[in-house]
Amino acid sequence: MEAIYLSFILMLSIFLGFELISKVPATLHTPLMSGSNAISGITVVGALTAATAGSDQMAIYLGTAAVALATINVVGGYMVTDRMLAMFKKKD
Amino acid sequence: MNTELLINLSYIVSAILFVFGLKMLGSPATARRGNLFSSIGMLIAIVVTLTSKGLLPWENVIIGFIIGSTIGAFAARKVEMTGMPEMVALFNGFGGAASLLVGMVATYTTGNSTFVNITIILSILIGGVTLTGSIIAWGKLSERLPTKAIMFSGQQIFNGALVLAILASAVMFCQEPTNPQWLYAVLGLSLLFGVMAVIPIGGADMPVVIALLNSYSGLAACAAGFVLDNNLLIVAGALVGASGIILTNIMCKAMNRSLSNVLFSGFGAVTTSSTKVEGEVKPISADDAYLIMEAAQSVVFVPGYGMAVAQAQHVVRELADHLEDNGCDVKFAIHPVAGRMPGHMNVLLAEASVPYDQLVEMDDINPQLPNTDLAVVIGANDVVNPAANKDKGSPLYGMPVINVDEARTVFVLKRSMGSGFSGVDNPLFVGDNTRMLFGDAKESISHIVGEFKG
Repeated sequence: MEAIYLSFILMLSIFLGFELISKVPATLHTPLMSGSNAISGITVVGALTAATAGSDQMAIYLGTAAVALATINVVGGYMVTDRMLAMFKKKD
Repeated sequence: MNTELLINLSYIVSAILFVFGLKMLGSPATARRGNLFSSIGMLIAIVVTLTSKGLLPWENVIIGFIIGSTIGAFAARKVEMTGMPEMVALFNGFGGAASLLVGMVATYTTGNSTFVNITIILSILIGGVTLTGSIIAWGKLSERLPTKAIMFSGQQIFNGALVLAILASAVMFCQEPTNPQWLYAVLGLSLLFGVMAVIPIGGADMPVVIALLNSYSGLAACAAGFVLDNNLLIVAGALVGASGIILTNIMCKAMNRSLSNVLFSGFGAVTTSSTKVEGEVKPISADDAYLIMEAAQSVVFVPGYGMAVAQAQHVVRELADHLEDNGCDVKFAIHPVAGRMPGHMNVLLAEASVPYDQLVEMDDINPQLPNTDLAVVIGANDVVNPAANKDKGSPLYGMPVINVDEARTVFVLKRSMGSGFSGVDNPLFVGDNTRMLFGDAKESISHIVGEFKG
C-alpha cells in the first residue's frame, strides 16, 4: 500500500510540475535550472535522517558526505539564482 | 504535539512554498521574490528535520552544513555568468551524488523489504548516472575534456551489455541484500554507465544534456524519497524532474532534432548542403553602418554566443541606449539555443543591464521583422540561416530560425567569411539587403558608439 500511496504523490507532483514549468518564459530558463539545482538539494532532508547516531560508522560518514553535497546545491543554487534574478530589471 | 506530525505538517508548508516559488518564476517581475519563497520553504524543511528523533550525530550535521555552505556560497559568488552551464552541470552531479549516498546509507539498515531494496537500487542507479554523466558534461563544457563526440565500434553493443549487467546485479541484490558485492556491482556499473552515456554526445549538444541531467537529479531525489518514505523529497524531486524534461524538449525542438538523435547519434558528422550558396558578399564600413543606424526607426539585435565570447554585450547595450535616445525602437531577439544553456543569452544581456522588456523570444519577434528597419546579427549564424526555412536540401531545413532576412536591412557582424558551427553555408550573407560588417564585433560596435557620441 505504501508503494501505491507514494506513487500517487509522485504522479500528481509530476503533472503539477509540467503545468508550472511550462509557464516559465524562455527568458528565465537559466535561473529556472539553477533554482532547480537548489530544490533538488532537498535530498539534504533525507541525508540528515538516513543514518543515526547508532548506525555503522561508515553509514555516518556517507550520510555526512550526502549532507555536505546537498547543502552545496541548496546554498549555491539559491544564492546564484538570486544573483542572476537581481540583474533582470525593467526599463526605467 | 507529536513531532512526527509537526514535521510532516511543516513539509506541506515547504511544498507549498516550492510550488509558489516556481509559479512566481513565470515573470521576471516576481521571479526574485519567488526564489526567496522557495528558499524559505527549504529552510523550514531543514530546520524541522533537525528536530526529528533519528538524526545524524550533531557534530556530523554541523560539519556537513559548514562544508556545503562554504563551497556553495563561494561558487555562487565567484561564478561568471558565461560559466553558468558548467556550474549547473556540476550541481546536477552533486545532487545525484547526494541521492546515491542516501541510497548507500539505507543499505546499512537490515531487514529492508524488496520494495525498499528496489528503490535503493534506483536511487543508486539514477544518482550514479547523474554524477558521472554530469562530470563528463562539465568537462566537455569547460573544455577540460575533448568536446567532440567519442564513438567507437561496438559502442551500442557495449552499452546494451552494460544495461543488462546493471539489471542482473540489481536482481541479485534484491535476492541477496546482505551480500555487498551486488551492491558494489550496481554502484560501479551505474557510474560507468553515466560516463558511457555522455561521451558520445558532442560539445554543441551539451545544453540538452545538462537539461536532461537536471531532470535526473530531481528523479534521483524522488528515488531517495521512496527509500526513506519521505513525501517532500518526492514532491520536490518530481518538480525538478518535470522542469528538466520540459527544457530538454524545448532545446530539442529548437534544434529540430529528436532526443534520441541527440543522445545516440553523435554530432559532427559533416553534412553538406545539396545547394551551393552563390552570390556576392557586400561589405560595409563602420562609418556607413552608423549612417544607416542613425536613420533607422526600429532596430532588432540578434545576439549569438559569439557576442559573449567577444565580451561585446556591454558595448552593444551602450549602442542600444544611443539608438533609443535617437528615438529608435530597440529590441533583442533571442533564439532558444543562443548561448550555451537554455536562457543563457538573456542572463548575459541582463548582466549588461539590458532591460528584460527588450528581450523578445523568437516566436514573438518573427512577425515583427518585416516591419523592422534594421536587424543586426552579432556572433550568430545558424539561428538566422534562411536556408532552414527555404532550402529542403539544407541540413538545417526545418529548424526554427529568426527570420532576419525579412527585415529591410540586415547587418551581419563577422570576423571573416566562414560557415557556422554546423558547417552549413548561410545564404543570408549574400542576400540583397545584407551588408557584412567585417572585423572584431566589439571594435566595430565601439566605433559606431563613438560616432553617436561625436
